[in-house]
Amino acid sequence: MNPLLDVRGLTTEFAVTRKGVAGVVRAVDHVSFHVDRGETLGLVGESGCGKSVTAFSIVGLVQPPGRITAGSIHFEDRDLTGLNQTQMQQVRGARIGFVFQEPMTALNPVFTIGDQIGESLVVHGLASRAAARAKAVELLEAVRIPEPARRARDYPHQLSGGMRQRALIAAAISCRPALLIADEPTTALDVTIQAEILDLLRQMRAQFGLAMLLITHDLGVVAQMADRVAVMYAGRLVEEGSTATVLSSPAHPYTRGLLASLPGSAPGTRLAAIPGTVPDLAALPPGCAFAPRCGDRESRCDAEAPSPSALSATHHVRCYLHVKAG
Amino acid sequence: MMPLVEVRDLVKTFSRRAMPFSRPTVVRAVDGVSFVVSEGETFGLVGESGSGKTTTGRCMLRLIEPTSGRFVFGDKDVFALNAADLRAARRDMQMVFQDPYASLNPRMRAGAIVEEGLVIHGIGTRQERRDRVRELFTLVGLDHGQLERYPHEFSGGQRQRIGLARALALRPSLLVADEPVSALDVSIQAQIINLFMDLQQALALTLVFIAHDLRLVRHLCTRVAVMYRGRIVETGRTEDVFREPAHPYTRALLSAVPTPIAGAATARVVFDAAASNLDAPLRTVAPGHDAAI
Repeated sequence: MNPLLDVRGLTTEFAVTRKGVAGVVRAVDHVSFHVDRGETLGLVGESGCGKSVTAFSIVGLVQPPGRITAGSIHFEDRDLTGLNQTQMQQVRGARIGFVFQEPMTALNPVFTIGDQIGESLVVHGLASRAAARAKAVELLEAVRIPEPARRARDYPHQLSGGMRQRALIAAAISCRPALLIADEPTTALDVTIQAEILDLLRQMRAQFGLAMLLITHDLGVVAQMADRVAVMYAGRLVEEGSTATVLSSPAHPYTRGLLASLPGSAPGTRLAAIPGTVPDLAALPPGCAFAPRCGDRESRCDAEAPSPSALSATHHVRCYLHVKAG
Repeated sequence: MMPLVEVRDLVKTFSRRAMPFSRPTVVRAVDGVSFVVSEGETFGLVGESGSGKTTTGRCMLRLIEPTSGRFVFGDKDVFALNAADLRAARRDMQMVFQDPYASLNPRMRAGAIVEEGLVIHGIGTRQERRDRVRELFTLVGLDHGQLERYPHEFSGGQRQRIGLARALALRPSLLVADEPVSALDVSIQAQIINLFMDLQQALALTLVFIAHDLRLVRHLCTRVAVMYRGRIVETGRTEDVFREPAHPYTRALLSAVPTPIAGAATARVVFDAAASNLDAPLRTVAPGHDAAI
């Protein structure tokens, strides 16, 4: 059976003008991964690594000057890159739900929570206005918001951050999508609220058989939620494998560095920080983008970026450490 | 060790009105907070949003005026100082802010931002100040070639280094750092935390570290106070508090932190505020370890 979502060689570029010179920034560079039905893939990386642009590319929300310049995105056996706006709208919200990081900006302040949750049902012709209103109350109950009938009539500002995120999840799953894309769904929340939202996502996943693409910078969240994990750096996927394997035996120096830099092992000692900073996407080195910060750098790293090599059937890495020289 | 910082019964209330002419309601953002910090110690103030940790830090430096309480800093009674004496006292206590994007004046060059405090306090000649700024740039790991650059030309981590250089310019003995790394990427966070540790050693700084990241606090702080709704609910040596949390809220907070180990057992404790006595005073549960239970 084909995977639910199969992204191959996805490349998304932004046309930029810097100091009067036109150029192109490649935010996503030949990224390939898949998500099986009911599976959760964690997409991990730091700001500017292209993880959010990847998600926006999948649902066709990349705005000019950005555009997808190469690759395919097969979802439920259709290539989403070939769809026009109308066709895309039938997929977005209906078959793929989306939860954004900032629950305040993702909700429209002038409409009630209930209206916004019911909206996609109406837009996709799955319910009348009146039926959508009743369904919204059911969904609020499903995401465990107390007094759902009253809350459906509330406006976003009347809800706490955690409640707003619950309401957004309710909206995202309203049409029973097969895939939920959650972009840093708990980053803006307190740690106890984060734990509640992660619990809720787990419950929704089990109840509705959802597949999830979970975008996060937090390896702790990945460990708790994801079956598999893909690590991005400077627009490229550098490592991919089962969460247990990648977190216990990371193969790419960047993944190793991220894990080692986390506080936890020996209080009061210096942390194993990764030196340097994330490179400017407009001025990437010709070889591996991580090479300037890498402790295992070899001369060939600067010449050409390594292609992915398989450490096992399910564990892939892009690093010369795992490619024999010559 | 002498306590350098002694905060007693700090209270800060804000009044707000639901509607323009309605009766104001009083919010006790900080509600009777007391703690001491020894010279050279790193003291962590942890809690979630609305716990009062940031307000506590800002009151200490009188960036906002406290409603009542006392803050003895060395031999000074900070809350009793007049404006001139407060200005002089501020040389010795400085703050590092959370958002390195909002806390640096975008129209000033990095060197001038770091120098500003020296100018305001009339310290040194122009040349001496310039030399001091260069020294500070080296201290925080910035390049002298970056002195003339504007804040937007720096990354988040570098901006936090500028913020730190500015705070250290006047050679303070106390640094209050409010979430100094929470806006930074993971790989950069570790660099800045290392810098804090190095500087604290080299300059014998006393550090009040305000944060919500428990892993970070555990790593950096020798003692810690956990705040909830304006009060300290538990305080003690970091290892004691993390190993044997006595307050149900501390337990809930610790259990909510996701560990980066796949399949790690997560028996989450949920804190039920309604079922807890939130007015319970702090009492000693073990030597040097107090909890409000």
